[in-house]
Amino acid sequence: MVLSTLATSYLEPARRMNANGWAIVLVFLPPALLLFTVFVALPMTEAAWYSFYNWNGYGRPERFIGLTNYRYLIGNATFLRALVNNGLVIAVSLVVELPLALAAAMMVAGRIAGAAAFRMIFFLPYVLADVGAGLIWRYMFDGDYGLVATIKGALGLQPYYLLADKDWAFTAILIVIVWKYFGFYMMLFVAGLQGIDKSLLEAAEIDGASPWQRFRYIVLPQLGPMIRLSIFFSVVGSLQLFDIVVPLTGGGPFDTTHTMVSFLYYFGITRMRVGFGSAVGVVLFFICVTFAIGYQRIFMRDD
Amino acid sequence: MPAAPRDESGRRLNPLATIAIFGALIALAGVVIVPIYATALGGFKELGELRANLLGLPHQWVWKNYWDILAGERYWRVLGNSLIMALLTVALTLAVASMAAFAFAHLKFFGSKHLLGYLQLGLLFPVATAILPLFIKIRDLGLLDSYMGVVLPQVAFSLAMSILLLRNAFKQLPDELLDAAMMDGCGYFRYFLFITLPLSGPILSTVAVISFVGSWNGYLLPLVVLDSESRYPWTLGLMAYQGQYNTSWQLVLAFITLTILPAILMFLFAQRYIVAGLTAGAVKG
Repeated sequence: MVLSTLATSYLEPARRMNANGWAIVLVFLPPALLLFTVFVALPMTEAAWYSFYNWNGYGRPERFIGLTNYRYLIGNATFLRALVNNGLVIAVSLVVELPLALAAAMMVAGRIAGAAAFRMIFFLPYVLADVGAGLIWRYMFDGDYGLVATIKGALGLQPYYLLADKDWAFTAILIVIVWKYFGFYMMLFVAGLQGIDKSLLEAAEIDGASPWQRFRYIVLPQLGPMIRLSIFFSVVGSLQLFDIVVPLTGGGPFDTTHTMVSFLYYFGITRMRVGFGSAVGVVLFFICVTFAIGYQRIFMRDD
Repeated sequence: MPAAPRDESGRRLNPLATIAIFGALIALAGVVIVPIYATALGGFKELGELRANLLGLPHQWVWKNYWDILAGERYWRVLGNSLIMALLTVALTLAVASMAAFAFAHLKFFGSKHLLGYLQLGLLFPVATAILPLFIKIRDLGLLDSYMGVVLPQVAFSLAMSILLLRNAFKQLPDELLDAAMMDGCGYFRYFLFITLPLSGPILSTVAVISFVGSWNGYLLPLVVLDSESRYPWTLGLMAYQGQYNTSWQLVLAFITLTILPAILMFLFAQRYIVAGLTAGAVKG
């Protein structure tokens, strides 16, 4: 992605610049550069700067406190829990969501009747905004109404408030994440499966390869680039999870269901602790950048 | 039975495998659909009925829940706000990103690759990382509680991906076109306007879909930037509505259904473009 773009741009033949070309450069580039600098690059740099201060956002940051924000962060149980939660989201994405997406893709990629309709149904939750999906599932998980209540009622048990149970609330969030996102990765895998040369599979079949062998030695390797890409996107998406936490639990009960971004929102933004919140942002930045660059160097070199 | 289902290599599947696959697909589709279906149906029920009757049709169809929302001003206002911000985001993204992508696609100058690399840094981290300084910046620019305070950062954060997609597409137009146009005395600007853009419909619509959906579904940025409920997009409006009527699930369910309806309708009518657009963002990036 980023790196491959940079690499290819070095190899292109140069077009001769003339006055007309310079005019285009001077008119066409500044809007993008200005917007990007003001709203992306500067804020990110300022986050690094603010994170060394105790600042409420008014006046100028003056109370320099060194690494105190970071030290406080490392010792903060809620933040550590948020880190673990982000890790859980990544784990569930890799172990449940992507395999489910691949299985669904295998089933709807063949010429089975209704395949197109199934694809659309599975993709549908991805189109809904996270807050919409979150509230729908808040209803499903509600102890007095919805799915959980219905099941409990049918069994004649006491109402159970899943989202208020500190041992299980985050599991509920994980279910919603898989529900909402597996269809997107299924679509990517379907596109990948359609790109596989049919004659490979036919040749293997003629040679007596079993369905499993064809999957293991042809389909899976051919899907490799798409799988590596999906892993990349699901990890990056997992790291910035926020929208879906708010309607479901708002980080509760007892601050057990925060993610890094919801922690940043509830403990940094709503309390206007700019320095502390910026420190959270910087930690998130380093995790994202380290992952993005490391992953592309190691796993996506050839894609 | 459907006629002759085949596997991925075109081989006929045996009936047992077909039944197993259908069973799995229908079960999975059920899990996906039931929450949406129960939500839409719940909006037609009395609160009491929501306790016992999750999936069945309402004993008595209560149209009032939906009707009151549709007749009120609130629903249309939040949708209108979302639409304004999404359209502004799309228009600005297309204009700014296509100009920059054109310059990067066709012109080499000192530092051009470094500038492109600089803009591509935006691919590496999400809005959330810089959200607090961004809030301060928007405040200092006097853009708090305005549409532009949401739109401009959205455009800025989508630039990296948009420029990447557009530049790759612009470069694939045949070089001979540009050479011929230059020979005929057509400058870069007219070439951009009358040749590049008209020939780039598919990729422009891909970028438009990505930025429209991103803006329409956006939550964190408007949450931080907007104060007045009169400017809330539907995502914030929905949360505010839920906060206000949190003891009346039947109303909240009707409001959820009506606010997600535009996305579902758009999806059903333009599914080819939307699926292609959203997956292309991932693949071609």
